[in-house]
Amino acid sequence: MIDKFVHSLALAMAGIPDGATVLAAGFGPGTPATLMKGLAEQGARDLTVVMNAGGRDEGPIADLLSTGHVRKLICSFVRADSVAGRLFAKGDLELEIVPQGTLAERIRAAGAGVQAFYTPTAADTILAEGRETRTINGRLCLLEYPIFADVALIDAWQADRFGNLTHRDSARNFNPIMAMAAKTTIVQTAHAVDLGAIQPEHVHTAGVFVQRVLHVPV
Amino acid sequence: MSDFRPLDRDGIAARIARDIPEGWFVNLGIGIPTKVSDFVQGREIIFHAENGVIGIGPAPSEENINPYLVNAGVQHITLITGAALVHHADSFAIARGGHLDLCVLGAFEVAANGDIANWAHSATEPTRQVGGAMDLAVGAKRLWVAMEHNNKRGGGPRLRTACSYPLTAKGVVRRVYTDIAVLEVTPDGFAVLDMVPGLTRETLQSRTEAPLIWR
Repeated sequence: MIDKFVHSLALAMAGIPDGATVLAAGFGPGTPATLMKGLAEQGARDLTVVMNAGGRDEGPIADLLSTGHVRKLICSFVRADSVAGRLFAKGDLELEIVPQGTLAERIRAAGAGVQAFYTPTAADTILAEGRETRTINGRLCLLEYPIFADVALIDAWQADRFGNLTHRDSARNFNPIMAMAAKTTIVQTAHAVDLGAIQPEHVHTAGVFVQRVLHVPV
Repeated sequence: MSDFRPLDRDGIAARIARDIPEGWFVNLGIGIPTKVSDFVQGREIIFHAENGVIGIGPAPSEENINPYLVNAGVQHITLITGAALVHHADSFAIARGGHLDLCVLGAFEVAANGDIANWAHSATEPTRQVGGAMDLAVGAKRLWVAMEHNNKRGGGPRLRTACSYPLTAKGVVRRVYTDIAVLEVTPDGFAVLDMVPGLTRETLQSRTEAPLIWR
C-alpha cells in the first residue's frame, strides 16, 4: 500500500544532509512554517535555501537563517533591515538575487528536465554582468540554469496518502513547481483526506511529485 | 511662477485609470500603481498579481479577511466573480509571455529612450529588492510608469536623458504619469500628452532633464 504520510516532524525531516539545497515555498500564505522549523531543529548545516523573499526579523525564514545553518540564500527580495540583510552585511550569508519570474522558471525547468533557457529578463541589467547573453529574435537574452534541489518544503490545504495535493487560494504560489524540482518533496498539509476525496481534476500537485506528507492541522 | 496644483498619489492613480479601456488584463505594481484599481468603476478590467491571482477584487473589510488570499504586496485582497488562480511559474508566464495588456510600475527614474530604473539605488547596494519588476518590464505588452515628477528631496528631475540608477530594463516604458504631466516615450524622446491645469511649458521643461516634445 502506498502511504506517504509520516507521523512526526522528526520523521518528515529525517536524512536531510549537510550541504543540501532546500526549496521553501510560500508567498505570505503557503509557507511551510512547521517544516522550516523542523529543518532548523533537524540540524543540517551549510544549507542552500531557495525562497522567494528573505523575510523580516521573525517568521519562518528569519528563524531558519538565525540558526546559522544556512550558507546561501537564493531569492528575489531581501530587505537590508532583516535577519537576512544583516547576516549578509556581516559576511555570514551568501546571497543570490534572482528576478522572481526567472526564479520560478529556473525551479520549473529543474522539475521539467530543462537544462538551461534564455530569457530577456535582466539581460540589460547589472545582474547579467559577466554572464552569457545572446540575441534571439532581435532581443538580448540571458542564459539561465535550473535550480535542482535535494529537498522541497511544501504547504498544502489537503493531501491524500498518494501525496495528491490541493493548495488554498493564493497559498498555491511556489508550491506546485517546487514539489516537482526536488529529489525529496516533503509536505505539511492542513487536512489529511481519504484517497478519492480530491477529485482528479481538482488535484493541484500530483502525488508523483511528493515523497512525504505530515498532517499539521491549522 | 505658474499657478498649478500637482496631483496627489490618488490623483495620479485616477489619471492612469482614465486611460485603461474595458477588457484589458493589467498588472499593478506596488505604491501608486496599486491604487489604480480603485478608480476603474464601471469597466470590466482584470487585474493580475504575480503570486498567481487573476481577477483581484476590492480590499476586504476587516471581518472578511481571508488569510490565504493576498496580492504581490502580501496585502489581503478579494477575488472578483470569474477569478482564476495559478501557480507561480504560470503567473510569470503571464508576465513574461506577453499576456498582459498593461503593467503599471513605480520608478526612481525613466530615460527619454524608455529605460526604467526602479529596483536599486546603486550598483553596490548591499541588499537587493528586485522582486518581479524585471520580468514585468520586459514581458508586458505595454509598460506605463507612475511616479512623482521630481525627487522629494532636492527636487531633482526623474525624467532623465539617461538613468543614473541601475536599470530594471532598457527601452520598455511607453508612458509616464507624474503628478504634473503625462508623457509618451517616442523614438525622439518624451512627448507631452497632458499637463495639470495652470502648468506652463517652461515650468514643465525646467523640472525635466530630457528635452520635451510638444505636439
